Amino acid sequence: MIPEFGHFLLILALGVALTQGGLCLLGAHRRRGEWMALARPMTVLRFVLTATAFGCLVASFVRHDFSVLYVASNSNSALPLHYRIAGTWGGHEGSLLLWVLMLDIWSLAVARFSRTPPPDFIARVLAVMALVGAGFLLFMLLTSNPFERLLPAAPDGRDLNPLLQDPGMVTHPPMLYMGYVGFSVAYAFAVAALLGGNLDATWARWVRPWTTAAWVFLTFGIGLGSWWAYNELGWGGWWFWDPVENASFMPWLVGTALIHSLAVTEKRGAFKGWTVLLAIVAFSLSLLGTFLVRSGVLSSVHAFATDPRRGLFILGFLALVIGASLMLYAVRAARVGLGQRFALFSRESLLLVNNMLLAAACGAVLLGTLYPLFLDALGLGKISVGPPYFDNVFAPLMAPLLLLIGVGTLTKWKGDQLGTVIARLRWAAPAAIAAAVATGLAAGRLGMATTGGLALAYWILITAGMDLAGQLRARGRASWSERLSRVSRAWAGMALAHLGVAAFAFGVAMVKTYETERDVKMGPNDTTEIAGYEFRMLKLAPVSGPNYQAMQAEIEVSRAGRVLATLRPEKRVYRVQTNPMTEAAVDSNPLRDLYVSMGEQLDDGAWVVRVQYKPFIVWIWGGCLLMMAGGALAASDRRYRSRATREAVVPADGVPA
Amino acid sequence: MRPRNRRALIGLALVGIVSLATALVLNAFNSNLVFFYTPTQIAAHEAPLERTFRIGGMVRQGSVTRDGVRVRFVVTDTAKDVPVQYDGVLPDLFKEGKGVVAQGRLGADGVFTAKEVLAKHDENYMPPEAAEAVKRADEVKARMAKSLQSGGAR
Repeated sequence: MIPEFGHFLLILALGVALTQGGLCLLGAHRRRGEWMALARPMTVLRFVLTATAFGCLVASFVRHDFSVLYVASNSNSALPLHYRIAGTWGGHEGSLLLWVLMLDIWSLAVARFSRTPPPDFIARVLAVMALVGAGFLLFMLLTSNPFERLLPAAPDGRDLNPLLQDPGMVTHPPMLYMGYVGFSVAYAFAVAALLGGNLDATWARWVRPWTTAAWVFLTFGIGLGSWWAYNELGWGGWWFWDPVENASFMPWLVGTALIHSLAVTEKRGAFKGWTVLLAIVAFSLSLLGTFLVRSGVLSSVHAFATDPRRGLFILGFLALVIGASLMLYAVRAARVGLGQRFALFSRESLLLVNNMLLAAACGAVLLGTLYPLFLDALGLGKISVGPPYFDNVFAPLMAPLLLLIGVGTLTKWKGDQLGTVIARLRWAAPAAIAAAVATGLAAGRLGMATTGGLALAYWILITAGMDLAGQLRARGRASWSERLSRVSRAWAGMALAHLGVAAFAFGVAMVKTYETERDVKMGPNDTTEIAGYEFRMLKLAPVSGPNYQAMQAEIEVSRAGRVLATLRPEKRVYRVQTNPMTEAAVDSNPLRDLYVSMGEQLDDGAWVVRVQYKPFIVWIWGGCLLMMAGGALAASDRRYRSRATREAVVPADGVPA
Repeated sequence: MRPRNRRALIGLALVGIVSLATALVLNAFNSNLVFFYTPTQIAAHEAPLERTFRIGGMVRQGSVTRDGVRVRFVVTDTAKDVPVQYDGVLPDLFKEGKGVVAQGRLGADGVFTAKEVLAKHDENYMPPEAAEAVKRADEVKARMAKSLQSGGAR
């Protein structure tokens, strides 16, 4: 009964979403207060329906209901409980349901916390989100119903893909989806502004915290995915420029541009039309990402069994959403206006360059990702675009961007003198280069690209310090801690996120230059040496897990005779799908990672083992964490909250909004 | 500076940045495209000798031999074979009789030295390149069979 109930709830949710979309848009258009007033309660209703349906699917997984096709294909009676719950989003159907659930969570949050905008505006925002949700519900019900029955029931399930049986699976997809779907809020605000025809600095203040929050989740999701791939896939890479990674990276690039252009719109009332366009593009790219990943046009671990109807539906939906919003933009953008003027050299113009660079980077990724698909679809042959293309394009586009972080944060809004800024920065540049050269010499080897990357990282660090000093000086004569506490969260968040970029650049430069790897044949008591570390295989022994058998090696790592760690990499074979899986072992600290993974067994019983030395690789994810913390700090700035609380109607249960 | 001039300058600067970025992107794009060839095309000497490209097909049954870290195997599209050598760890789902895609260079001796080997991600999935190679070989065989027949009838 549970699956039928869930299915029924999804149909109800579709009905509610369509009604809400129609009624609220019409109500806002005709100024019918009682129609618009439905926006909030209907959003709550949608959330309750979808969340219960999601609960039904989780229950079917937990109860081992193999009469549900989706459960039978993605679970097994030996699968541990936490992976059964995570298995809910382990396949196509369930991940769509998760998508809709996330959308409803964001809608609920907007309904709850966005109390300042006028009712017609909120009604439009929630209506647009409801319609997007309706599209996805329709997609699910027509082509990929997660509650479809399998009669007669399967005696046991086909098990969750072994690659997905990892703690990363529990968090990576929900976080990534929170980010993807979060851009629907900025999109809905942009569409509502175009429909209503009012777009000013207040609008930017409403939408900024939402956009930043979505960006934080997306950063987390991507970072987590990268860390997971590094630990789980057994190759030791952290980014492969795989089309699926690109699909999540493109909205991130445009989202980053959007955050910066929103800052200009809020502070100076400029870039209005451009900001709206970016909001539309960011969400469109999220949808495109969903299409690329879910339609099966890509060959990747994320691509599930293909059904052409699905691809066609998403493509149609994509065309409808993008086409309709661009049409609306073309008709209404002129009414929104361009906004305030600014000088040739000002923070605005530098942020404009930032936006151009990010947009160009996104365009480059889009070209590299879609061009092979186009050629293939047109029957012009198969080609692939590999990492060298992306590396070659990205470095020259990102270098000026990082350089501008330092210049932009120290340049005044509205207009500044190029000479004064250069004078202010005259010591920063040589200091950054000197620090980079010193680091390179300490690490043992000096190269152009490395020194450039390191210099940019130090440059951001130094200019952030100068900016902080300026902020403190501007806050008068109070004690240092007093002055520090008066620095706004928005500024601190920005500085922290930029430091995250510096940490990221530092990690990338170090790993790319100094990493080493070696594939060796190893049996018990064999040793190999890499970057001054000695690896000795102590023994090989079979071990068994709940739903797999494995061969485990014990490898002792020592340096100059001192034992540092014992690593236990495994080669697992999962019982149901009988596919081998590499389980790498990593010894990690902030200075370096030692990474060991097992290849295949040779005829004489020895194994091919890959050992890798990855200096400072943790800094890459540390940088992502810093960026996220910065985003969270900035989104919690007082000016968004105080406005909200002052004008909020206190909710019934007394929790301040 | 008059506002109109200023706006023109900003516009010019933007056009400059965008065209620079485009030039950069297209240049990198051109030199980093990796083309795909089937074993039949390689046998017909259509593949370049100096450039990295991809081959796809099935791993021939019984063709995998190991010598320490070095692996040798044969990729076939059922019509023609290409010997491949590779140093290092193969992907988990590399199996004889299953689809495979390899990226690398073709030596003058006709042996393909792979830098990267990709295999399928789950058991129902066949890399598109591998499927394409087998499909094309089947078409060629069918055409040859037909022309032989019609030749015989005349």
